[in-house]
Amino acid sequence: MTDLRLSYRSSATRKAMDVFVRAFSIASAAIGIFFLLWILWVVLKKGHTVLAWSFFTSAPPSPGEGTGGIRYALVGTLKMTGLAFLMGVPVGLLTGVYLAEFGRHSWFAAGVRFCVNLLMGIPSILVGLFAYTLIVLATPRHYSGQAGAFALAIIMLPTVARTTEDMLLLVPDTLRESALALGIPRWRTITGILFRAARKGLLTGVLLSVSRVSGETAPLLFTALNNNFYPRDLSQPTANLTVTIYNYAMSPYDNWQRVAWGAALVIMAFLLGLTVLLRTLLKERNR
Amino acid sequence: MNLKIEPTPHRTVSEVVIDDPVISARKLNFWYGGSQALFDNDLDVAPLKVTAIIGPSGCGKSTHIRVYNRIFEQYRGQRAGGQVVMDGADLLSPGTDIIALRRRIGMIFQKPTPFPMSIFENVAYGVRLHFSFTRKQLEQKVEESLRAAALWDEVKDLLHKPGTALSGGQQQRLCIARALAMSPEVLLMDEPTSAIDPVATARIEELMLELKQRLTIVIVTHNMQQAARISDYTAFFYQGRIIEFGATARMFTNPSHPRTEEYITGRFG
Repeated sequence: MTDLRLSYRSSATRKAMDVFVRAFSIASAAIGIFFLLWILWVVLKKGHTVLAWSFFTSAPPSPGEGTGGIRYALVGTLKMTGLAFLMGVPVGLLTGVYLAEFGRHSWFAAGVRFCVNLLMGIPSILVGLFAYTLIVLATPRHYSGQAGAFALAIIMLPTVARTTEDMLLLVPDTLRESALALGIPRWRTITGILFRAARKGLLTGVLLSVSRVSGETAPLLFTALNNNFYPRDLSQPTANLTVTIYNYAMSPYDNWQRVAWGAALVIMAFLLGLTVLLRTLLKERNR
Repeated sequence: MNLKIEPTPHRTVSEVVIDDPVISARKLNFWYGGSQALFDNDLDVAPLKVTAIIGPSGCGKSTHIRVYNRIFEQYRGQRAGGQVVMDGADLLSPGTDIIALRRRIGMIFQKPTPFPMSIFENVAYGVRLHFSFTRKQLEQKVEESLRAAALWDEVKDLLHKPGTALSGGQQQRLCIARALAMSPEVLLMDEPTSAIDPVATARIEELMLELKQRLTIVIVTHNMQQAARISDYTAFFYQGRIIEFGATARMFTNPSHPRTEEYITGRFG
């Protein structure tokens, strides 16, 4: 019989394994960061040439000649995102409230939760097709910014609903009980106390949904399309940043391609800013 | 509605009869889903006295008082049967105005739970919903409540600081102030001092003795000395049943039921 107490594995193998795993994971992370930085670098390099105040305030250039800007697309995107926000966020918030506060154990809530999860994973192009058949084909004016906003709202909804539910569930039941025990009605407890307790988390969800839709192209191709004119109202095809990038980048005109790079840089900078804001919000939450 | 309540038929060992009880539980049963937690509880709560509920963990103490303000109702599967009579009406009946009921019966929980707002707003929030006050009256009410909870002197210059910035003991007194601001007739306290330090506990016990001048207190406690110090009557719960009910002084010196004696002397629990 061998003495089992002496059969240690050699520490050299263990140390080698440690070095190997560590090196492998650092390399993997480096690959990811490398591509991210590469993309950032290319967009910055190609996009910064057009970047000037006039880029934000002028109309798109004619094909092939002159310089221009993204004023119409920027305004169109802001208007559509704003309208999508007004439609998607309230519905998403209330869905989250229902899931967390009223339907915790009901089969209906389980169904809603399942649908929300499903909706979160649906490719955005399908949402675009849905808005296309539901609104674009049904209205006489065809393509419109309203249809675009509707599609974006559908994409925002599940993100807001899920984060709202998660954040409300983080609020301890003791807080609910002590509010209810004071004779505060349920809806006042939710809107006045639970929302306040979870406000940073709720804001995070809302911002997350905005960042999700700000880069969406596919749903807008089927709905808002694009426009060479100022988006006075959203009942017409509406200029927007992402479809502008799509159209101009594919065009043979050098000046259009430059505008596309510039617009890409603008979206990227916006997303970067939003992400930093989200990180700080979350950090404050955890403190 | 005026329900006739028979004098306490404590089939459990009891030699006292409570006159004009504020709350009378009769044949109160309670279920968590399929498992029964309370069995035929009969209990009279004496007006302007402190009634302590003692007993080992899981014996139904908290469950019992959570029926009084129907706070259990927000959980699925929790059900109460029997009667809990206040002012001649069964507060378990479906017609009861729960909002009004909870204004009359306040509750303090084990862990202090200040709302995520200023100290002033913590007290004012509920007041605004139940009373129509001018700004001046509201401020007066907040001050009165904080004074009644023996907290005013410590926070009068911090009224606009968040309630969560206070110490644990102060937070609990803030919760008491918040409850007092509703002008309740009864205050239910569910182990109100188990999460705070001994000095803060002593302050809250003092406070309770002051408060019983004007309202009725029912306190659930794990702390036998606490029950002996502050309560006038004690109910001993065991496995969902009220084993013994009586004047605290008598029960702690001369318990009638062997189980009570075993628990009080620390032989189990």
